[in-house]
Amino acid sequence: MNTKVKIAGVEFKNPVMTASGTFGSGMEYSEFVDLNRLGAVVTKGVANVPWEGNPTPRIAETYGGMLNAIGLQNPGIDVLLERDIPFLKQYDTRIIVNVCGKTVEDYLDVVERLGDTEVDMLEINVSCPNVKEGAIAFGQKADSLYDITSAVKKKAKQPVIMKLSPNVTDITEMARAAEAAGADALSMINTLTGMKIDVHRRKFVLANRTGGLSGPAVKPVAVRMVYQTAQAVKIPIIGMGGIANAEDALEFLLAGATAVAVGAMNFANPYTTVEVAEGIEAYMKRYGIDEIGSLIGSVG
Amino acid sequence: MEQKKKVKAKVISQTEIADGIYDMWMETDLAGTAKAGQFLCIYPHSESMLLPRPISICEADREKGRLRIVYRVAGRGTEEFSLYHMGSSIRVLGNLGNGFPLKETEGKRVFLMGGGIGIPPMLQLAKDLKQEGKAVEVTVIAGYRNQQLFLKEDMKEYAQVYVATEDGSAGTKGNVMNVIAEKGLSADVVMACGPMPMLRAVKRYAEEKGIEAYISLEERMACGVGACLGCVCKTVEKDVHSHVNNARICTDGPVFAAKDVNI
Repeated sequence: MNTKVKIAGVEFKNPVMTASGTFGSGMEYSEFVDLNRLGAVVTKGVANVPWEGNPTPRIAETYGGMLNAIGLQNPGIDVLLERDIPFLKQYDTRIIVNVCGKTVEDYLDVVERLGDTEVDMLEINVSCPNVKEGAIAFGQKADSLYDITSAVKKKAKQPVIMKLSPNVTDITEMARAAEAAGADALSMINTLTGMKIDVHRRKFVLANRTGGLSGPAVKPVAVRMVYQTAQAVKIPIIGMGGIANAEDALEFLLAGATAVAVGAMNFANPYTTVEVAEGIEAYMKRYGIDEIGSLIGSVG
Repeated sequence: MEQKKKVKAKVISQTEIADGIYDMWMETDLAGTAKAGQFLCIYPHSESMLLPRPISICEADREKGRLRIVYRVAGRGTEEFSLYHMGSSIRVLGNLGNGFPLKETEGKRVFLMGGGIGIPPMLQLAKDLKQEGKAVEVTVIAGYRNQQLFLKEDMKEYAQVYVATEDGSAGTKGNVMNVIAEKGLSADVVMACGPMPMLRAVKRYAEEKGIEAYISLEERMACGVGACLGCVCKTVEKDVHSHVNNARICTDGPVFAAKDVNI
């Protein structure tokens, strides 16, 4: 049985990754899961300098999901390079670094610093709904997305994944813009902008008022968007949005994703990633599937 | 440090000991290494609820492998837990957080201050200080809403206990700070858990008296293990992990030296 997948020339032992921001830099979850079992660890968004993030409360649970408004708190690229990458290099898994910034220059700064490292791929976060400057501003208009994608591509030494926002009218238009600008792959979906109100206190639950919705509640939206995008572009897609088990992951693969990422469900069950990887193998065995590639986009 | 793990524990007993306050004992080997001031993340069985609920450890029977939690029903998650009965399975991640620094009490007179649903961790703390600690004197000051003085009798086994009630129906009328003033109490170090206004008062009190205070903080959490950065508090100095003035309550806390955090 072959569970290997390839994205932009990089081979992954299996299609299961972690969704940026839900897994730290792997260290915290290494107490629960063997990181060697994962296709890749995608690290939390990192900027050129440390970011404080948003005030608390940053988290609110919703029915079948959760809102977060962390605001991309991160220790900056120096710490990632000194502490987190060496930690991850101890494991036989691919490393994908999620990059965020407030200006194009911020992004390019980080991308350049990552150039001569052992990081396998870059994921460009142009879709975080929780920071006022940068991020989402680049990911909601096709021409801005095109511009930042080309700028990053010119600087990047690793293949570039653009992480798309679902908070747009037509996700395929965004996907086409990223592809036209040279993106090697797409990650989708980032969180859906949402809000929760405490009716007893008549207050917003999140200090940031709005937050990004993730978890099983968003899965059907994510699967639909992955399917539509897979029809619209040729570059590979990493699908995510509420994946809780192997069946969820398989929905994304059948819809056309080459790989999948586990996000919010790491919080509900710290063993989710490895359970998904094992479950995909069990599914392949059950249906006599030798090549995982034969599943990708095979819904009909 | 003992490795964190997610286990399926078994409920041994559960009773409502005050209005909306539940007292649950569960059987789990997490008890063996549980420390006062640490907490558990408890996962609701209902799949509509993703996130575990952080609940402090009230008491640990380390020999028998039993943990006790005393919690308030505050929403759908805790409401589900309150329906568990003897034999129910309960999904628990533990033991989380740092716990209270027992060594800071050596040779000192200690206040253990608990407010409302911040009282439960004081029980195990009082027990540990009595049984293993080297504190000179341990005084519990517990603030309640009314005369439903849950856990008071339990704590009396290990320490002198003073109470305050908001409605004046028992002990000192008012809050824990009013007890100190009314009874003319003093201490060399304070350990506290309770609502934010109380913790702010404790921090001020410790500053005025020139003594150390260790306070247990609470915040909305997602992962419980330090990955998501949901439950941060503001720190005076740059935090060594985050490299900004934020520490993770779940992992770097929940207990902090009051002077190290801006609350």
